[in-house]
Amino acid sequence: MNKYKMHLLVCGGTGCKASQSNQIVEQLNAELESHGLEDEAKVVVTGCFGFCEQGPIVKVIPDNTFYTQVKPEDAKEIIEEHIIKGRKVHRLLYVDPTNKESVSDSKHMGFYQKQIRIALRNCGFLDPEDIDESIARDAYQALGKALMEMTPQEVIDVIKKSGLRGRGGGGFPTGLKWEIAAKQASDQKYVVCNADEGDPGAFMDRSVLEGDPHTVLEAMAICGYTMGADKGLIYIRAEYPLAIHRLKVAIKQAMEYGLLGKDILGTGFNFDIELRYGAGAFVCGEETALLHSMEGHRGEPTVKPPFPAESGYLGKPSNVNNVETFASVPVILLKGADWFASIGSEKSKGTKVFALAGKINNVGLIEVPMGITLREVIYEIGGGIKDGKKFKAVQTGGPSGGCLTEKHLDTPIDFDNLIAAGSMMGSGGMIVMDEDDCMVSIAKFFLEFTVEESCGKCSPCRIGNKRLHEILTKITEGKGTMEDLELLKNLSGVIKDTSLCGLGQTSPNPVLSTLANFWDEYVEHVIDKKCRAGKCTALKKYIIDAEACVGCTACARVCPVNAISGERKMPHEINQDICIKCGACYDKCKFSAIFIK
Amino acid sequence: MNKINNLADLRKMKDDLQNKINLRVKSDSPDAIVQIKVGMATSGIASGAKEIMNYFIEEIEKRNVEALVIQVGDMGYCYAEPTVEITRPGEDPVVFGYVTIDRADEIIEKYIKNGELVEGIIPANYHSID
Repeated sequence: MNKYKMHLLVCGGTGCKASQSNQIVEQLNAELESHGLEDEAKVVVTGCFGFCEQGPIVKVIPDNTFYTQVKPEDAKEIIEEHIIKGRKVHRLLYVDPTNKESVSDSKHMGFYQKQIRIALRNCGFLDPEDIDESIARDAYQALGKALMEMTPQEVIDVIKKSGLRGRGGGGFPTGLKWEIAAKQASDQKYVVCNADEGDPGAFMDRSVLEGDPHTVLEAMAICGYTMGADKGLIYIRAEYPLAIHRLKVAIKQAMEYGLLGKDILGTGFNFDIELRYGAGAFVCGEETALLHSMEGHRGEPTVKPPFPAESGYLGKPSNVNNVETFASVPVILLKGADWFASIGSEKSKGTKVFALAGKINNVGLIEVPMGITLREVIYEIGGGIKDGKKFKAVQTGGPSGGCLTEKHLDTPIDFDNLIAAGSMMGSGGMIVMDEDDCMVSIAKFFLEFTVEESCGKCSPCRIGNKRLHEILTKITEGKGTMEDLELLKNLSGVIKDTSLCGLGQTSPNPVLSTLANFWDEYVEHVIDKKCRAGKCTALKKYIIDAEACVGCTACARVCPVNAISGERKMPHEINQDICIKCGACYDKCKFSAIFIK
Repeated sequence: MNKINNLADLRKMKDDLQNKINLRVKSDSPDAIVQIKVGMATSGIASGAKEIMNYFIEEIEKRNVEALVIQVGDMGYCYAEPTVEITRPGEDPVVFGYVTIDRADEIIEKYIKNGELVEGIIPANYHSID
């Protein structure tokens, strides 16, 4: 086998692929070949590095040089300068947003220093389409250990002891879930992997499946062994074509090696995995809705009990776990429950993957120990707020979560603390907002999503959320009353208490948490008819400063509704009744005579 | 592809496949192992740095030394090429000049393995900024 002196890791996640990482790979290989270096350096397509903001990423091993925003035409320079002459290509290095210095290797990037990568351990490290690389990195060792050296109950005990909790948002202890499923007597049982990632802005499950599919397959087989199931199903949304492709490749390779299929590793244990495609409905992330969708029925939740562990897919006992949960399992078996339990906070063990998005410098995917503070995540890993603006809030848990503010910055993040603060872990979306964001509009935005995604089966969710959205719209249009604010609160409580499934039970969270943390802003919208962030168009008022106006008539000419009047060389005026607040005059004025109130 | 029939085979296979990713595994914790940086600029290559680098790569594997061989640019000691900078975990880097195969052997046996200094050290005349 070839002894390469260098590896060039190129991100092959969806994000970087969209920005031509395929062509980068081709160019790098072509350049290597033209210099006769194809035996010296090897190009490897890996999963996501998490640093999506600055993609496409090319990382050079062994010196860990981290090139960002690489273009196919940069390949020549990388090969000629770095690979041949040993000089780094400085213009492609990552520049620290806080001190503007370029950082040459990933070990010194603030983005990676605080991270502990367990679920993402192989993302950006391995070629996901080469099972040999995964095997070299311990894939299927945990399955082998479980099958040969442990009883099903012993495996369950390790998972229980590790304190692993469901990463899809529920936070239910995984070991306990497996134990319940194991206790059911049935001729057929199923292991189901929930890869229906629906939170806007969350992409951790996709990244794990794209970057390290074997870990998930292995964990499903381990779960099958503990509960006595020989069939695994992955419910994945059809809009994840790359993850589906990598899973198919991985399943095929694992079957060929006999690591899935009949008589795995000569132990007599059989386990098959199939894919089931979802159409991308948010509610299908709820396990009962997911199971119905897999059966070919409408993706609607049903009342629990019966729990899927008793009667799940096709009425048989089924265990549903999220992708990230599964991804943590093999490492726990190999490194031990105590190792896993030593990471994290008292009641939330291990790490959690978050998708950082919004007004933050380092948008991307991060994995941090539970119990880390929001401040560390936002300022140290995330590199702070974009354009030096002021932090206002962070929405955790996606559309079902809540907004946390400055006073929560030092709260350790774990399942229980987030709930106590009025939000939730959810699947791990983290949307950062700055002073330019209007909290009422944010609540309205998330409600829009839940209204759209509500399956319509139960009335509190179907009708209640619609009404919440209407009231919020009314407030952002400046027509709200103080009674509306009371109504918002009461209605939210009713929806939470009476909805059938998790979607409705959590959908009012953005409203409740913004009401609690940004009450003043709601009151401003209602009483003062003012939006301090300037986001609510209806509440904006464009006014001409008579002293600064020179009467050039430029604004009057550009106004599409003829709302501006005035004599030439005399101060102009805007008729507020006609004005549609398009801002054209504001942009046009050369004398800064128009201001927004 | 052949089927893997038992856990022992899987474990053996894992060991056999190590060299596919070994470089990446080592680079993941560069500060924990010995780093050998070989100056591979024009002057270095002209004086035989490439052979020295290959020698280090082959020998550390043969002798089971946990080390990472990294190709770097000109270190500025053109009069003393080939030059090699060696950083033992937690220690300051030491630069060796005029490295020949014999001296490379000595460096591995004495300095890398035991921290014993050998001839050919170039006194540090600079500070690196991280």
